[in-house]
Amino acid sequence: MTAIASSINAFRGVASSVPDATRPVETAAQSRLEVASKKIEVEKLHAFFGTAEVLKGIDLPIYSTKVTAIIGPSGCGKSTFVRCINRMHEVTRNARTTGRVLLDGRDIYARNVDAVTVRRRVGMVFQKPNPFPTMNIRDNVLAGLRLNGLSTRDGETIVEQSLSRVALWDEVKDNLGRSGASLSGGQQQRLCIARCLALEPEVILMDEPCSALDPIATARVEALINELRERYTIVIVTHNMQQAARVADFTAFFYMGELVEHDQTKVIFTRPGNQRTEDYITGRFG
Amino acid sequence: MEDASYMRRKLVDHAVRGACFIAALLAVVPLFSVLYYVASKGAGGLNLAFFTELPKPVGEEGGGMANALVGTLELVGLACLFAMPLGVLAGIYLAEFRESKLATVVRFSADVMSGVPSITIGIFVYTLVVLSTGHFSALAGGIALALIMLPTVTRTTEELLKLVPEELREAGLGLGVAKWRVTMRVMVRTALPGIATGVMLAIARVAGETAPLLFTAFNNRFWGGALDEPIASLPVQIYTYAVSPYEDWHRQAWAAALVLVTMVLVLNVTARVLVRHRVRAR
Ligand SMILES: Nc1ncnc2c1ncn2[C@@H]1O[C@H](COP(=O)(O)OP(=O)(O)O)[C@@H](O)[C@H]1O
Ligand SMILES: [Mg+2]
Repeated sequence: MTAIASSINAFRGVASSVPDATRPVETAAQSRLEVASKKIEVEKLHAFFGTAEVLKGIDLPIYSTKVTAIIGPSGCGKSTFVRCINRMHEVTRNARTTGRVLLDGRDIYARNVDAVTVRRRVGMVFQKPNPFPTMNIRDNVLAGLRLNGLSTRDGETIVEQSLSRVALWDEVKDNLGRSGASLSGGQQQRLCIARCLALEPEVILMDEPCSALDPIATARVEALINELRERYTIVIVTHNMQQAARVADFTAFFYMGELVEHDQTKVIFTRPGNQRTEDYITGRFG
Repeated sequence: MEDASYMRRKLVDHAVRGACFIAALLAVVPLFSVLYYVASKGAGGLNLAFFTELPKPVGEEGGGMANALVGTLELVGLACLFAMPLGVLAGIYLAEFRESKLATVVRFSADVMSGVPSITIGIFVYTLVVLSTGHFSALAGGIALALIMLPTVTRTTEELLKLVPEELREAGLGLGVAKWRVTMRVMVRTALPGIATGVMLAIARVAGETAPLLFTAFNNRFWGGALDEPIASLPVQIYTYAVSPYEDWHRQAWAAALVLVTMVLVLNVTARVLVRHRVRAR
């Protein structure tokens, strides 16, 4: 069984861009049974803003095609943590890191690795929807390709596929020429997810993707995450405990720059191993 | 009691509002009186010859300012050619490397330079270009106008780039786009309508400059298209004709003033409309 599972995973790793029809079909139950492989391994990660140490030695595995939720009180370093996984942290002035982040076993902070290539494999969705205001809906979806100078010859297909995956296609297919900024907040956020998907990333980082959205839009994004988990490794930061419980396979609890606990979501929420985790999820602080 | 204070507040409100209204009205009076005056004096001198013919020698009636019209376009074009790439790139540098030492120095110099009287810049270019080449030239005039435009273009570009939300930069970088591409194709692209507006306002300002051209481009009664020849321009021609004793030249000077004011007005209005359009697109 383990051998079969790992060979499936190996196949997946290679075939991440193959269309749906050719993938092995598996049910949700099966995928829960299979032994997940590690897509990312974070080792002794420290992050700094100037001299302030914001992450104090994080060790955390992130499993392939699973949803990992990062929870914790405001300011504990959740955003910083996900920004370290696609090397966005270093974009901030005076920000630096030490430690290793292995993506498929290779350290993304190794000297010969280009941050730009890392970010194409590890996409990011931000807290505030940020479509490009100078581009229409179509161009927003293709922005990653266009701005990177890649070919958009299959543009129409990519646009339809990406927008369909975020369940936005039917809503906007007649208005692809309209400005991305003309959409509602929830639609804009799904557009941003589509823009991310168009680049065929392997991992998607989401930093509180629903915090600027109303409950209905939030439910749609959560449903979307449930579909994306089939193909992508997802890390989602959330301050909403119910959301973590609803969407995540694994949950990591951060507190003041340290990883307090990491386990399957149902374990974290039913019998956490640490008092602080229990205090946090029961709403005693944070 | 309460009624009294209400009445008082209402009264003060009306008084302040009235004062603001009158002040606003007074502020536009000079503009409209200048426009009206120039239009009424200048319209009579406008005819086909004005736009198509060269100036007639002293004492002869008629002729036009075709050469000065083209000369102004050439001078302004040259100024743009020098000042636009340099100013926009410098502005990008200032916005991208806000806290670097060089940025501080450049920003300060630009601010100082924009306060330097244009005649000083004329003398500077005279010393630097005219004296060293030995003659007045269109090139020298273009350089003088470019130096006047440069600080405005630089600072406008910087300020408009700063208005672009940082989230867009993050969005671009997050898509695995290289830093310089994000700068050019996201940040500058988003600020572009505003930058264009700034450039247009700068053009509108230098189009009417006279003093720096007197020392650099000088004047030319003939078609002087070459870069190393003196060249005519509307402001200098207006100046020359206005101080002359001839009635016909005065008439033509007014006509030229009307043309110049119209050009500047059109540039300004276009720039504003562009801004309005941009705001609506948001
Ligand atoms: N650009 C920055 N410069 C300096 N300190 C920062 C910066 N961004 C965040 N911090 C600090 O780093 C810590 C972690 O921030 P963050 O990762 O955003 O927390 P979270 O996302 O969990 O709310 C906080 O104490 C915050 O004040
Ligand atoms: Mg955060």
